[in-house]
Amino acid sequence: MSFRKLATLAGVVLFGSFGDVSLARGMKSMPPVEITNLSALISALANPWVIGGILLLLGFFSTYLSALSFADLTFVLPATSIGYVIMALLGRFFLHEHVSLSRWTGVALITMGVGFVAGGPALTVHHREPEAQAAARSEAP
Amino acid sequence: MRDLYTWLSIFAVVAFSTAGDVLISNAMKLVGDVGPLYRQTGLVGVLKSVGGNVRLWFGIACMAGSFFSLLLALSWADVSLVGPASASLTFLSNAFFAKLFLRERVDRRRWTAALLVASGVALVAI
Repeated sequence: MSFRKLATLAGVVLFGSFGDVSLARGMKSMPPVEITNLSALISALANPWVIGGILLLLGFFSTYLSALSFADLTFVLPATSIGYVIMALLGRFFLHEHVSLSRWTGVALITMGVGFVAGGPALTVHHREPEAQAAARSEAP
Repeated sequence: MRDLYTWLSIFAVVAFSTAGDVLISNAMKLVGDVGPLYRQTGLVGVLKSVGGNVRLWFGIACMAGSFFSLLLALSWADVSLVGPASASLTFLSNAFFAKLFLRERVDRRRWTAALLVASGVALVAI
């Protein structure tokens, strides 16, 4: 896999993880939003962490679309799930959250899953051209 | 009855999310690798190709549907149930429907990865 493609997959992971953490930090610094007072969400848009989170998630969506243009969905989703691991680490060391034993076990399972899928091909190649050529040859007189 | 509503809304999250991912993936495969496309047509050309694909917008609409179903599910049940259940089931349904509709080669390696990640996500999100 080329450097550009690896960088795109890394972009999906990093933009997604940092975007979620940035949004979480912004929303935690605000009073809780009640279902009866959804207009309070508008004021969240003035929070620099929320603005940063939204910009990072736009970066996530762009890199996600780009990744799906050169790799299978069943490759991109498990490969980029390493983001859950990064979020657990960011939660532990940046937001000082408690990460339980079951969560660390989940992190280990995700890492194994990413290792499995990363060892295989990124894209399913459909051999339509040779089939079409064979069909053309059989139709030829 | 509340349990039924909860699981119906979790099913809606999984269904909308899977439909969104499959449609967006299909749209991007039709557009092709955006790297070479960018070199040929520039950023405007890429934006035209991507934005002009109707399936992409249907996919984004499904993602919005998934988000609102998630809000609905969270109004009936705890995030500790809704989060892991919807995220891990989405991984498995994506593998099934990507094989069915996108004709992706989901071999034993990818099924194992999907199962490991789905279990891991369930544990992380609890």
